[in-house]
Amino acid sequence: MTNEQLKEKLLQVFPGAVISETTQYVTLTVEPDKLHETAAALKGNPELHFDYLFCQSGTDVKEALGVSYFLESTDLRHHLLLKVSTTNRENPVLDTVCDIWETANFNEREIFDMFGITFKNHPDMRRMFLDEEDWVGYPLRKDYVDEVNIIERN
Amino acid sequence: MTEEIVQHDIEQEEYLLNMGPQHPSTHGVLRLLISLKGETVANIEPHCGYIHRGIEKMCEKLTYQQIIHLTDRLDYLSAHINNEAVCLLVEDALQIEVPERVKYIRTIISELSRLASHELWWCAFGMDMGALTTYFYGLRDREKILDIFEETTGGRLLQSYNCPGGLMNDIHPNFQKRIKEFIPYFRKKLPEYDELLTGNVIMQERTKGIGPISKEDVISWGVTGPSGRGSGFACDVRKHHPYSAYDKVQFEEILFTEGDSLARYKVRIAEMWESLKILEQLVDNIPEGDYAVKMKPIIKLPEGEYYQRVEACRGEFGVYVISSGEKYPVRVKLRSPNFSNLSALNRMAAGFKIADLVAVGGSLDLVIPDIDR
Repeated sequence: MTNEQLKEKLLQVFPGAVISETTQYVTLTVEPDKLHETAAALKGNPELHFDYLFCQSGTDVKEALGVSYFLESTDLRHHLLLKVSTTNRENPVLDTVCDIWETANFNEREIFDMFGITFKNHPDMRRMFLDEEDWVGYPLRKDYVDEVNIIERN
Repeated sequence: MTEEIVQHDIEQEEYLLNMGPQHPSTHGVLRLLISLKGETVANIEPHCGYIHRGIEKMCEKLTYQQIIHLTDRLDYLSAHINNEAVCLLVEDALQIEVPERVKYIRTIISELSRLASHELWWCAFGMDMGALTTYFYGLRDREKILDIFEETTGGRLLQSYNCPGGLMNDIHPNFQKRIKEFIPYFRKKLPEYDELLTGNVIMQERTKGIGPISKEDVISWGVTGPSGRGSGFACDVRKHHPYSAYDKVQFEEILFTEGDSLARYKVRIAEMWESLKILEQLVDNIPEGDYAVKMKPIIKLPEGEYYQRVEACRGEFGVYVISSGEKYPVRVKLRSPNFSNLSALNRMAAGFKIADLVAVGGSLDLVIPDIDR
């Protein structure tokens, strides 16, 4: 499916969807409360069938914490970038998608570790790399300060 | 004083065993917390982070030229391919067309890296299963490739040969001659690998039907590379999203459907033959021209988001960059193949004996710095 056809199809399935093309992939931005439902439809709809989550990344851009999901359909061979963000920096909570794509299990633990985004309904919400007991803060956030371990360069 | 004797039923009771962080068959500082029922693995919980260096955080304070040299510290056996990913991303973002010569040389070195990596995997895999001789056979042949790297790039393990816009310097006058000597040499040596290990009855018994995973699971867990293709998941980035000179060469995407450790083994052996085929097609046809385009000393990517995928030796490697138009990126995410491959280890090895876990782990070909980043 070409990007144009994909955009049409997405508007059909999700009326009023926010679609842009900021990367080489069609980008679909959703609100946090619509995330799980959208993700399930993206995989479940046989004409979209995004069954392969090839990259999941946390982001901290312009005060908003978010997650980018890079999706591919292994039989239809089209791509999509799904984005979600929240401005709640104190207690950011998003729905998990690891019941839809299993690879999200580890990736969401990494995002929790680095950005402090909690994933609701995740079966094992713990830090992935850093020390569970000793580590304070979330290093990949822009406002993270750590005088001991990070050397600031000018 | 009477001693109380406690009887444990080890077949029924859960027993926790730490494998690693220092264990020869984890090939690095990976710790697996294994719950055992008798000798059978009930659950595997990987504990990562022993070699976490915060590369993604470091990238936010480095220029794009500097980031390149951090990516080869991930999967050090596909160093060149990881470097290439960042270069391709920068070139794409700035819409720079690199000379054909660069594309050919990059592809040749990528395939040599893949050969060297698969050879090292083969010898380590044999050793994991107790076949020590494989180590000498594999390293003997890998040495020839490292010599080619050293002559042209100056580096044996980490080549650091890529830069945005092309290559650091031109190839050595001996480069083509050496590769042309290597191809027939390795074509003769590769059947030895099969004679020594593939047909070995112990090796067959220990891998056939061990650690199977279905195609649906492989896609869901994001297992890519030879491990994914062993289950029939057509995920070769070289084939489906060609970059550099991969659209100009003929090669097969190796797919097996069994999904067990033996299938993953066979994919890699067959891929070595394919890599030789690719090398043969390219080595005589390197076009004349410049080895790099002149770039500005300070690279600033236009504001926006960029993603680049390449096929590293263990699967799909991806770089995701968010740029605000400055010389430093806002966010760099490195999608490493081993992280996803490791996540499926529990799915593959649970229910098998603890000795099988070593075979399954070996067939996944994990490189730990790539998991921890």
